[in-house]
Amino acid sequence: MNGPNLSVEIAGVTLDNPIVAASGTFGFGIEYSDYVDLNKVGAISVKGLTLEPRKGNPPSRIVETPSGILNSVGLQNPGIDHFINHDLPMLKQYRTKVIANINGKTIHEYCQMALKLQNTEVDFIELNISCPNVSQGGVSFGTDPDMVYRVTKAVKCCCQQPLIVKLTPNVRDIKEVAHAAEEAGADAISLINTLVGMAIDINTRKPVLANVTGGLSGPAIKPVALYMVWQVAQTVNIPIIGMGGIMTGEDAVEFILAGATAVAVGTANLVSPTAMLDVLEELIKYMENHDIDDIHQLIGGLVL
Amino acid sequence: MKKRIISPIIQNIKIAHGTYKMTLFAPYIASNVTPGQFVHIKIPRDSSLLLRRPISVNGVDKNNGTIDLVYRVVGKGTSLLSKLKPNELDLDLLGPLGNGYKVEENIKSLWLVGGGCGVAPLKLAAQKWSNLDITAFLGFKNKSEAYQIDDFKNLCSQVFISTDDGSLGEKGFITHILIKHISELRPKLILGCGPISMLKILKQISERYDVPCQISLEERMGCGMGGCFVCSCAIGIKDSWDYKKVCTDGPVFDSREVIFDEWP
Ligand SMILES: Cc1cc2nc3c(=O)[nH]c(=O)nc-3n(C[C@H](O)[C@H](O)[C@H](O)COP(=O)(O)OP(=O)(O)OC[C@H]3O[C@@H](n4cnc5c(N)ncnc54)[C@H](O)[C@@H]3O)c2cc1C
Ligand SMILES: Cc1cc2nc3c(=O)[nH]c(=O)nc-3n(C[C@H](O)[C@H](O)[C@H](O)COP(=O)(O)O)c2cc1C
Ligand code: FES
Repeated sequence: MNGPNLSVEIAGVTLDNPIVAASGTFGFGIEYSDYVDLNKVGAISVKGLTLEPRKGNPPSRIVETPSGILNSVGLQNPGIDHFINHDLPMLKQYRTKVIANINGKTIHEYCQMALKLQNTEVDFIELNISCPNVSQGGVSFGTDPDMVYRVTKAVKCCCQQPLIVKLTPNVRDIKEVAHAAEEAGADAISLINTLVGMAIDINTRKPVLANVTGGLSGPAIKPVALYMVWQVAQTVNIPIIGMGGIMTGEDAVEFILAGATAVAVGTANLVSPTAMLDVLEELIKYMENHDIDDIHQLIGGLVL
Repeated sequence: MKKRIISPIIQNIKIAHGTYKMTLFAPYIASNVTPGQFVHIKIPRDSSLLLRRPISVNGVDKNNGTIDLVYRVVGKGTSLLSKLKPNELDLDLLGPLGNGYKVEENIKSLWLVGGGCGVAPLKLAAQKWSNLDITAFLGFKNKSEAYQIDDFKNLCSQVFISTDDGSLGEKGFITHILIKHISELRPKLILGCGPISMLKILKQISERYDVPCQISLEERMGCGMGGCFVCSCAIGIKDSWDYKKVCTDGPVFDSREVIFDEWP
């Protein structure tokens, strides 16, 4: 007997299943290949890319908080050219779809990156306008609906691949921002990025993170993320990739019921390298137990 | 290859003040680990402690398929580990992770320099290279925190001990004792592990006396497999360095490449 149908379509691209690796938590995929058959992951959003290689923030860059983590990596990456020439060909040996997560200091930089990705095998571009750990660009693009509109519109004009816009939860009204992205031509929306937070070492009286603040992720943010996904699902007509604290198949089901077409797993990859496969297996088990033979029967299936 | 291993606890005992030794059944790691490599442990019982804890391998028994870990209780995770009883539950570990110490074929004599819980991984080095002429320099805070000295004495040609308060061995930092002997003995290779203050001095010594030195670094970790970019350390030469990953590029680095100035 065949299992349930898990494949979903986002902007004309079919993912074998709705499980996505959240950017920054799964490197460029290959790092995990001792543990994970990358063919079994729906899509991988690679570490946030910048136009030039980037050193990132000084250590310490991570601290554990109750049921969560704060990180302040600051977008360390080898640069988009290195990604295109070196990492992409390796990742493309697998069935998984590739999402290039791009980060600019200016609208022009975002566009330059989108242009560089033309005629590559990248399946999606994810516009990260929500990184809390860089001083220029990043989240400052993502908090103002007008800016979201401008940067999305500009990149949409020069990008060949479907465009996902990744939203920050550090806003007054997530619906406004999501609406602006859709109006500007976004093909999909992913959310949430991390919530800004901090931790203090009471013995030294210093912040634990060298960057002082960091982005909170993991189970601690799940209820907030779920609420935001639900709000956005009621606002836009484009597909949503939901994320924030997904550790189990049951968590994934919650996001899908709230309206997500696909779900991304982030922090859980740091806890267990096989987290995504475990989530997938549990999702399938849930569907079988509830006699659901197609994932589409779950998407937005919240009963009020 | 790295693996995920579900590992029964064979023994978990206190071996010094605040310091425990855990023996785990993990034949794959026992046969494949090199000194300086670590395992990444999921803390059981408290799911709010999300991150794994990196602990170096202290010893192996290939015949029985076991590994030893020596750890200091410093916070919630290690405190929970210290309370586990044999056969009570199985630990979830990833390993062996990271790049260990490298000793070339032509090296005949070796110096091991350890401080505090940094002594632990050097015991595996002493075990693996016991056919070489090894001199160990081991520093502890005081006598009650010292451990495994007899093991080192069995495996090494010579063992020097120091404590901060002089309650065991010589009084003072272990690097002071090392300097006393370096001109006369001229070691071919130093392997070091310990607090950052000690590693900084080792780097200076290695440069001043032109002795190659490999040191093991510690940084807070996430994934342990190179995927999350959180465990950074500055590696290169002054004015031209990059943040490398302690988990996969290290934890062992050539001391000359480590830029401590970029460490807050
Ligand atoms: C490669 C490597 C090998 C190590 N080997 C040993 C060993 O053999 N024996 C030993 O006693 N200790 C070792 N350590 C240090 C050990 O990992 C920490 O003491 C331990 O993680 C503390 O956990 P905790 O929950 O008790 O402390 P908490 O302070 O409650 O931990 C909070 C968080 O900070 C992290 N953290 C705290 N201190 C350190 C540290 N010094 N290094 C890295 N992360 C830290 C923890 O992993 C956890 O994520 C090693 C560290 C590294 C990086
Ligand atoms: C260590 C780390 C690095 C991250 N780096 C990026 C990044 O480069 N780009 C990005 O869009 N999001 C980044 N994120 C955010 C995640 O992709 C995700 O949105 C967030 O962590 C919430 O999901 P989670 O709770 O499952 O981790 C990072 C998160 C973590 C924990
Ligand atoms: S711990 Fe994730 S890259 Fe080192």
